[in-house]
Amino acid sequence: MNRPWTTRILGLVMAMTLVTAACGSEDAAVGTGDCDSVDAVSLQLQWVTQAQFAGYFAAVDQGIYNRFCLDVTIREGGVDIVPQQQLASGATDFAVSWVPKALVSREGGMDIVNVAQIFQRSGTLQVSWADSGINSPADLAGKVVGNWGWGNEFELLAGSRQAGLDPSSDYTLVQQSFDMLALLTGEIDAAQAMIYNEYAQVLEATNPATGALYQASDLSVIDWNDVGTAMLQDAIWADGARLAGDDDYADVTTRFVAGSLEGWAYCRDNSASCVDIVLANGSALGESHQTWQMNEINGLIWPSPDGVGMMATGLWDQTIDVSTSESILAAAPDSGAYTTTYAAAALDILNGRGMDTTGQNWRATTVKLNPGGE
Amino acid sequence: MALTVVAAVVLLVILWEGYRWMGRQTDNRWPGTGIELPVSTDDIIMPPAADIVGELFSDIRDGRSTLPLSVFLLKKAWFTFQEASIGFFLGSSIGLALAVLMLRWRVAERGLLPWINVSQTVPLIALAPIVVTWGRQQDLPDIVSISLISTYLTFFPVAVSALRGLQSPDAAHVELMRSYAAPWSSTLVKLRLPAARPYLFPAFKIAATLSVVGAIVGEISIGTKTGLGRAILEFAQRYAVWPERLYASVIGAAFLGLAVFGLISLVERLVLRRTGEAAV
Repeated sequence: MNRPWTTRILGLVMAMTLVTAACGSEDAAVGTGDCDSVDAVSLQLQWVTQAQFAGYFAAVDQGIYNRFCLDVTIREGGVDIVPQQQLASGATDFAVSWVPKALVSREGGMDIVNVAQIFQRSGTLQVSWADSGINSPADLAGKVVGNWGWGNEFELLAGSRQAGLDPSSDYTLVQQSFDMLALLTGEIDAAQAMIYNEYAQVLEATNPATGALYQASDLSVIDWNDVGTAMLQDAIWADGARLAGDDDYADVTTRFVAGSLEGWAYCRDNSASCVDIVLANGSALGESHQTWQMNEINGLIWPSPDGVGMMATGLWDQTIDVSTSESILAAAPDSGAYTTTYAAAALDILNGRGMDTTGQNWRATTVKLNPGGE
Repeated sequence: MALTVVAAVVLLVILWEGYRWMGRQTDNRWPGTGIELPVSTDDIIMPPAADIVGELFSDIRDGRSTLPLSVFLLKKAWFTFQEASIGFFLGSSIGLALAVLMLRWRVAERGLLPWINVSQTVPLIALAPIVVTWGRQQDLPDIVSISLISTYLTFFPVAVSALRGLQSPDAAHVELMRSYAAPWSSTLVKLRLPAARPYLFPAFKIAATLSVVGAIVGEISIGTKTGLGRAILEFAQRYAVWPERLYASVIGAAFLGLAVFGLISLVERLVLRRTGEAAV
């Protein structure tokens, strides 16, 4: 985004000429690859390359961002990288982050704004063995319950509290690593798992009793979407101050959101291609694991009844309710915490091309997992 | 040296398999007692050594191609080696410069040395985000940030040992130089630096190993597209279903550490042979 002033002035002149030229022809082409200049922007992910971020990788790979006159650099996450901090410090132009984590940062003074709500539902589960008798949050009483901490525990805490359990005394809360080892070895009774990642890991492990892979029927799952304490996850966040004061950035944001949403629509309709793109981008995780993940990620996005990227207001309110009642947030955020301006503008462009942006007809497929996820 | 390495590996395998065998016999307890073993001997926590070695020869996907895990790890190690090399040379240069500075001015030694010590107590996980954020604000590629983290670990042993080495000549030698009215720089080059060599090479060996550790930690904490740290991060996440791969990648990291250690030892021999001294 940092261009010398000469280019800026030149760009301004060209923009003005374009505006004059575009007057009268309403269908000024956005997203067609007809570019006078290309903006270089960066996107910070929360974690390494995996199908959770397939839409962005597909938008790069398929030249979608290019058609929106963007040159996008995707930065993978690491153990100590907090995307919203990278965004607030100006080290990246956009960031993908879960809503509650980003709102905590926002309350702490970071001027970041949710410009597109990609995931319309939560992917967090609490997984236990089918014979453990844990079928609802109330059944966690007296059990050893794993969670990852670092802001990943809110749905569990709120869900168990709603069932009348006190997380500090009615069950044993233990820190769990980002794998399913503790569940497989029986150290914990219920493990936190993302439906698109750790849950599949159990199904890729061999059951010593049968010699075959564990089956979904071996497991009992608490889905926080059903319990009613689910919170919003992956969303695109932008820099609030730049949105307000930098017209170039605001324009880039619309195009970036549009390109990203188109990338996600591509992955909905071409999931095998997106799995291939993710693998080509350096995931050492197996193909069947990424195929599973792609399918589940599509399920978190589609259908998007108000259009992909629009705020799921019901779940937003629930996220705020849980956050404030669990004292994650001191107070509900102000109305500037999210805006649908950019997603709506992006949807106008995509709908104008007749693209399916709600995915009402999308159906999940059944993915067969191989040993080790290969 | 090669023989010692082989012997060490064989010993490790015997210990590993012996412990596994014992745990199986006693249901993971110390023989004759009810006390549990510190590490359980099941196949996830401690996969058979043969499986770990075998894993090195089994295929893994790398982008759109597949290759044996050992080749995969070599490719990743080469990337990490480059980061570590930058870190090593930068760190060693800074360490040497600091040592000379502290040698020249006692006030610098008194002022700097405590800070050099304090610097190593700053945890890397606190440092990494600061370095990467700064690096990105300067539009530097992440590999530079990772090398800087490696530098941070590397300069310390060099600075401390070099200072001791530079101060090591006998007072009589220093006075002789003074009686020749030799300028400070000549004393440094002709007397102090040669005298510092036995102190420097052990420090370089420690620094080289630390530079690999720094590069791997940097990769894990910042997140790169490639490198051993990235491989370890991904395999760690899949530990429950594929523990052999994590162990194999850790072996890869250990070999990289050994390789850089060996490289410095080689340079040491060449240098000391040329100057007619025995290696320490």
